[in-house]
Amino acid sequence: MSQWDDDAKNGLIERNYNGREYSVGEILRERGVSRRDFLKFCSAMTAAMALPATFAPTVAQALDEVKRPPLVWLEFQDCAGDTEALLRSANPTVAEIVLDILSVDYHETIMAAAGHQAEAALEKTITDYKGKYICVVEGAIPMKDGGVYGCVGGKSHLDRARQVCGGALATIAVGTCAAFGGIPAAVPNPTGSVGVREAVPGATVINLPGCPVNADNLTATVVHYLVFGKIPALDGHGRPLFAYGKRIHDNCERRPHFDAGQYVEHWGDDGHRKGFCLYRMGCKGPATFHNCPTQRYNDKTSWPVGSGHGCAGCSEPAFWDTMGPLYKRLPNVPGFGIEHTADEIGIGLAAGVAAAFAVHGALNALRKDKEPSDETREG
Amino acid sequence: MSGQCKFKNYIWELPLRWCHWINVMCIVVLSVTGFFIGTPFSFGRSASDFTIGWIRFIHFTAAYLFAVSVISRVLWSFIGNKYAGWKEFFPLATDKGRQKFIGMLRYYLLIDKDVPETVGHNPLATTAYIGLFCIYSIMILTGFALYAEHAPGSPMYRVFGFMYAMFSNQGMRLTHHFCMWLIVGFVINHIYSAWLMDIKEHGSEISSMFCGYKFTVKKED
Repeated sequence: MSQWDDDAKNGLIERNYNGREYSVGEILRERGVSRRDFLKFCSAMTAAMALPATFAPTVAQALDEVKRPPLVWLEFQDCAGDTEALLRSANPTVAEIVLDILSVDYHETIMAAAGHQAEAALEKTITDYKGKYICVVEGAIPMKDGGVYGCVGGKSHLDRARQVCGGALATIAVGTCAAFGGIPAAVPNPTGSVGVREAVPGATVINLPGCPVNADNLTATVVHYLVFGKIPALDGHGRPLFAYGKRIHDNCERRPHFDAGQYVEHWGDDGHRKGFCLYRMGCKGPATFHNCPTQRYNDKTSWPVGSGHGCAGCSEPAFWDTMGPLYKRLPNVPGFGIEHTADEIGIGLAAGVAAAFAVHGALNALRKDKEPSDETREG
Repeated sequence: MSGQCKFKNYIWELPLRWCHWINVMCIVVLSVTGFFIGTPFSFGRSASDFTIGWIRFIHFTAAYLFAVSVISRVLWSFIGNKYAGWKEFFPLATDKGRQKFIGMLRYYLLIDKDVPETVGHNPLATTAYIGLFCIYSIMILTGFALYAEHAPGSPMYRVFGFMYAMFSNQGMRLTHHFCMWLIVGFVINHIYSAWLMDIKEHGSEISSMFCGYKFTVKKED
């Protein structure tokens, strides 16, 4: 208790208003969020967690009572795009609620403190709340040459990740870089970047890949923890099934055009204007698991396929190397120059075989072979 | 048939012939539908059509049929007669087989003029069939792995999921697509060779795949 008072006085952490922890519901009421808005938010979160609507009151009740977990947000090799996605939610109420539920004690981009003060806040949180705080990681972690390719406050990203993620209740890796290494880990991966799971093998990591992460999925993951007291069910890549359990292709609003056989064949053609399927234009929706079609971005305004561009497969491991080329269905055949597709080589191969046997046939037709007979028969 | 071919041998049993022609049908259907799945044309006139839906349905049904046929043929190589047996596919493992193989190779390369007579499989062909069998296996494994891709928790994904450790997503699609062209190349070779040997051997090579009988100069020893 007295420890928290000191912290509040020193301005090191800005929670604990009266030395008492407030529940999420109390904080929201204090901030002037109406009951109606709160219930709307709970319904949206229930939907994001892929729970039936009847769960909304349970979510509301749990959030009313639950205490905010302290949270630290670390940035490594990143573009701060996930922070942007979180802060730039179109609806300010939702963004506020997100920040209120997460008691953000350390966030390099948005915190007021700087320098040693900021580092002290981080140290404080991870020491005082060891095993109880949530760590959010944004960005990949360079491993090569002892992790010298990235450091904050004189500490390498690798050391920082091991220290902070290792002591966290759970680590949420937001964005593809933190989850799988993403763009920094793309071939040739000069800094030896990896995702959090690989850099800190012992930590409990929830991956929320995407470029950027969908802020609703991050909030829903935290809400899931607050409501059920445990991390959500994960798939083989450590991604919550509620957000990454279905393929883009299977929930896509353009799917009927795929089955019907109506495709965009050139950018800006008639089919493109009519909103036909982007499969022919290299959409990677059939290989990508994410809830973009239902959750969408920017407060459900739109998403890539919705605005006429194929899916890039950004929420899959190593997407930069394995989902290419962006605008074609198949990659070119390796070792055959730059612009040789499998079909060109295949037709060439078939034509070559046909030509070779045509010549063979012609030569055979011209010569007089000895038919099999009792004399010539082998064996 | 040549007057010299006096022996009628029952070579290809009924299950083997069924496997062969089911494979032929499946390869044609799978190649055509597969090509349209890889490069779909806008067949649909309205959004309530189901053209690619049907093409994919036919592809998947034919894929199951093909897989069953290939597996049946492998099983038959342990059940069927000696001409269908698995030993036929490794002529290079025995001295006699190697001798026959070289004789056939010399004939194919237009070095020898003596048409070698084979009662069952041509040793050169069976060696190629081992390669073909590998391509079939790749096609079946990549195909079912891609088919299972939409449901990572499914039993089928558990069976074929290991393929995703060996191939990248796009690499698997490329492999599946490219092996189709290898099979097309094989089919050209296969039809030509069957035709050639039918003409040269006078043993009714082609019709044997319908009726099962081949005619030879000497009785098989």
